Formats: sequence, structure tokens, C-alpha cells
Amino acid sequence: MDPLFQFLLRLGDNTLVLGHRVSEWCGHSPVLEEDIALANTALDMIGQTQLWLGLAGEVEGKGRSADDLAFLRDAWDFRNVLLVELPNGDFGQTMMRQFLFDAWNVTMLGKLMKSSDQRVADIAEKASKEAAYHVERSGDTVVGLGDGTPESHARMQAALDYLWPYVGEMFASDEVDAAMVKAGIAPDPSSLRDEYDALVTRVLTEATLTKPDSKYAHKGGRTGYMHTEHLGHLLTSMQWLQRAYPGAKW
Amino acid sequence: MSNEWPLWEIFIRGQHGMSHRHVGSLHAPDAEMAIKNARDVYTRRNEGVSIWAVEAAHIAASSPEEKGPLYEPSNTKVYRHPTFFDIPEEVGHM
Amino acid sequence: MYAQLIKTARSGITPRDEMTDQEREFQDRIDRNEKIEPKDWMPDDYRATLIRQIGQHAHSEVVGQLPEGNWITRAPTLERKAILLAKVQDEAGHGLYLYSAAETLGESRDELVRLLHEGRMKYSSIFNYPTLNWADIGAVGWLVDGAAIVNQVALQRTSYGPYSRAMVRICKEESFHARQGYHAIMQMAFGTPAQKQMAQDALNRLWFPAMMMFGPHDSDSTHSEQSMAWKIKVKSNDELRQQFVDQTIPQIEYLGLDLPEPGIKWNEERGHYDFSDPDWDEFMDVIRGNGPCNVDRLAARQKAWDDGEWVRDGLMAHAKKKAAKLAAE
Repeated sequence: MDPLFQFLLRLGDNTLVLGHRVSEWCGHSPVLEEDIALANTALDMIGQTQLWLGLAGEVEGKGRSADDLAFLRDAWDFRNVLLVELPNGDFGQTMMRQFLFDAWNVTMLGKLMKSSDQRVADIAEKASKEAAYHVERSGDTVVGLGDGTPESHARMQAALDYLWPYVGEMFASDEVDAAMVKAGIAPDPSSLRDEYDALVTRVLTEATLTKPDSKYAHKGGRTGYMHTEHLGHLLTSMQWLQRAYPGAKW
Repeated sequence: MSNEWPLWEIFIRGQHGMSHRHVGSLHAPDAEMAIKNARDVYTRRNEGVSIWAVEAAHIAASSPEEKGPLYEPSNTKVYRHPTFFDIPEEVGHM
Repeated sequence: MYAQLIKTARSGITPRDEMTDQEREFQDRIDRNEKIEPKDWMPDDYRATLIRQIGQHAHSEVVGQLPEGNWITRAPTLERKAILLAKVQDEAGHGLYLYSAAETLGESRDELVRLLHEGRMKYSSIFNYPTLNWADIGAVGWLVDGAAIVNQVALQRTSYGPYSRAMVRICKEESFHARQGYHAIMQMAFGTPAQKQMAQDALNRLWFPAMMMFGPHDSDSTHSEQSMAWKIKVKSNDELRQQFVDQTIPQIEYLGLDLPEPGIKWNEERGHYDFSDPDWDEFMDVIRGNGPCNVDRLAARQKAWDDGEWVRDGLMAHAKKKAAKLAAE
């Protein structure tokens, strides 16, 4: 598989799957203001998906659109990290997952703005403005709930403990990444770790939360080798109409 | 027990350099979140470039009974309005 | 409409000679189309009726997120997903604007929400019907928002300033709702046979519930008179319903769909379409809580509220801590 295609799928599938998860909150949030804010985040994610997967289809050159890629691939072809496909859990888990991803996304997009591929740089430029707001908002919420009541603190710590083993996958590198580095398209993910850790540590400290010691990292999402069981269910609802009525225009 | 977030009044300055204008209210735990919520609630359609949030309880408002004394005196000060003055056309735009 | 069967907090209309001076002055202001503002004097019944109406309107927007939200995760394209999400998000925004308008009358949002959850305040009957296929999403935008817009455009002239201003903002934002709905259903009516069948099914199922949105006949609507005099209500139920039918029939014909019921016929003499009554017994059942989705809708809202309590409390506690720290510095 063309490494650039693979790389773009990774970016697009991350935002596709996370945007889908966040959109599940619509109408069910703790307060109207949060409902509206979460919908904005989901909308930005869907918008970024259209750009990344649109470019992926173009790079692949087989005439597949962003929609074809989103709705007509099966789980093993998805390249998102496991973190984003995990269930929403409670609001705290959703916001923690969002923050852990936003912090990575904003860091990565910052580097991609200098990509040797102008198309990648253009998308990154647009997306990084959105990501900067997302990480500020999710970071504030993590701080507010971490340093809120004893109950909110306990729930946020539980969310962090559950999600932390999924953070490492965002910084794994393989031959796809090596090819991107060589072409000057994208940085090696492992090179983002220090910047990420600095940001995350600052927020978690302010949130009075304890970063787990464990270095263990689940993996298998960004290679497609082994997703969680959750992804299949997500795709079952997401792709249902396209699968049930092939060729229909919507 | 109600632990309702305070109410904030939101003022937004649009693209065109006009003053901040009251657009509505919302709830938020503090000023920072009020501004973020305002960004999400009241600028969904590119409505603004600058946001003010004021806790509703801190707004002092004139009461309707004073409407006479407060505003009527200005009714007679017509000279404050530019159309009060007839300027000959040959003077040009003023 | 989004506010149906609002009981005016006063039976019958007060004749002018029985009004106090203050009430007469108030009525004169309304008759002169002056807006009533939060700090102005107003009759207690006017305030109480408005709180009921605006509150019910707000609840309808918020509960109204659920039937459409039901399809966000199944939207068939990325663009449709974004459009639907943006639309449902708007409904949340509209709920927020309306709660804010009610708050200017001295009723907190939390209190209104509590009354909703306890079943002591209603929301529009329409949201107790299910959305069963993707065309329902088109039909909801086209018919339900279409019906709502007919009413809300009229309500921009309502006498209470904050309510009127909320309506102006809402109408401005809603104009895209009906259009996106019609566009979605157009795509299906002109699509494959299966899609066309979905469109017809959605139209047939949602037609009468949409008719019911306007409330009972004027002749059976006992609460309207005083609300009309106060310009809380601006047009009568039957007037609005007729306007909606007249504008919608040609849109059905354009889609090439069958009319949803046999009673629809152009009446040359009246210059309007005739149409059949919805089943008013069914309407009353839905209002009483026995609609197909009443229990689920309320349970979903209650759950969101209960599950969210620790979040609201947590963020508030943090804000207080931060303020205390700042004050100590």
C-alpha cells in the first residue's frame, strides 16, 4: 500500500471515528452548553475527516471518495488508533479521551503545517486552528473536573487510568512513518512525545490527577492488525444505510 | 438541591467594527467558561470576532419607572442630531 | 405547535371595564404594539402564561433533539451527518435561547427542567413519534420544522420583548432546517424505488402528527382568547394549520409522492386546500403521556440530567475554588 495513502487514512480515520463517538452525545449531555460545544467538536472532526479522506482517495487514484472510504471499508482496513474507538463511558471519560487525543492532534498538526506536501500543509493549517480550540476546551474541562468535587476527581482519575494504556500507540513508528519522514511529509510520531508529555503533564497536574506509571501501550489500530471489539459495532451503525442500499444517492 | 451555574449576559462585536452588542445569555461556572460557551453557542455562524461575558447579577439596569426622567430630556435636544442643521448643498458633504 | 394547549392563567378574557388602571395601561401598550420588557409591570397571569408557553417551547426544542439525534450515527454520508448534527445542535441552541427568555421572567432553567422531568410541564406532541427510516429525517425538517416556522414567524411579533427577540434569532437560524429536510427527502423521492418508498412512508406517518402540532380547533381551544389579547399568541391554531397545508401540498406534488390522506382537495371557493382532521383522541392520548415515545423521551432527558449532575457540580466546585484562591491572593 502506498505509504502516503496509509498515512492519510490514519489521520482521517482518527477524526472519523472520534467525531462519530462525540456525536453520540448529541441530546444527552450534562447541560445544554456542553451539548452545543460537543457538537461543534464533532462537526470539526467530521470536517477534518472529509479533507483527510478526500485527499487519501485522490492519492490512491482509484476514484474512491471520502464517503466511499468512510462507509465502504471493513474494520481491518481502518487505520485509527485504538484510543478513539473506545466507548464514550461517562462524560469524564469522553472528555479525557478527547483531551488525550486533542493534545496529540494539535502537536501533530503544528508539524504538518510545514509538510513538504502542500495539500497536507493546507489541511493542517485549517485543522490546527480548530484543534487549538479543542485542546483548550477539553483541557479546561479535565482541569475543572479533576480539581472539582471528590466524585468528579475520582471519576476523572478512573478515566485517565483506563485510557492511559492507549496513549502510547499515537507515538509508535513503523515503515509508513519512516517513508513520510524521508519525503519530508510528516515527522516521526515518536519525536512528538516530549512536547505532548509537557502539555499533558501541565494539565493533569493542574487537574490534581496522577499520571499512571505504566508504560504499557495497547496497539493494533493504526496498522489495522487488531482493533478493539468496539469498532465493529460503531461501523455497523455508521455504514448500515450505505451497505443495505448499495449505489443509492443520499 | 440546585447548584445551578450562574447566568451570564453575552455581548459580541461582529466583523464590521460595530460596538459589542447584547446577543443573549447562557450559564457557565466561571467567566472563562462563559466565554468559551459563548463562542460555541453564539458564534456558530461566524457572527463575531470579540466576546464579552458579564455575570447577569452584576449588571445594573435602569428601571422602567425612571424612563421619563432618564430619556425624555433628550427628546427636546434636537440640535444633537445632524439633520437639525440646514447646510447649503454647495458647501458639499459634511 | 411547539407550545400546545397552553392554559392561560386566567379563564376567559377580562373586559376592559373590569381592569384596574394598571391593567388597562398595560393592555393599551400591547394594543399599540409596544414590547413588554422584563422589568416592566405586568399582570401576574401574563407572566405565568408566558412562563408556561416559553417553557414548553424550550422543552420542545430540547426533547426535539432526540428523534433526529436517533439518526446522527446512521447518517448515510459525511455531509448528511454534518448537516444533521449542525441542525440538532441548533435545536439545543434554540432551547437555550428560550430558557434564557423564561429566565428574564424570574423562572430558573433548573426549575423549568425539574417541572419537565416531573411531568408537570409538557413539550410538543410531535416529538413523541418515532423516526423509523432515514427519510423521517428529511420529513422532520421539511414538515415539522416547516410547521414550526409558520408559527414562529408569527411569534416574532409577540408582545414580550425577550421572547420576540429569541424568535427573531431562531427564525433566522431555522430557515436552513426546512430546506435541508426537503433537500434530503427530494434526494430520496427521486432516488431508487426503496428510497422512494421510505419517503412515502415517512410522509404518511408524520403528516397527521404534524397537523396536530398546531393544537385543537379554535372552537375547542378554550385558552386562546386572553393569550391573543395579550399577543402572547399571535395567530389562531386553525389559521396557522391552513397556512401550513396550503404551502405544503404543492411541495408534496413536486416530489411526486402520493398525498398522505384522501381528504386533501383544492377548494376553489375558499381558495384553500381542504383536509381531514387528525385523530384528536390520539392527540389527547399523546398529550396525556401515552404516545409511542413519551416514556422513552422523558427517560432519556432525565438520564442525561441525572448522569450530568456530577459534571455540573464538579465544574462549579472548581470555579468556586479558583475564585477563592484569587481572592486570597
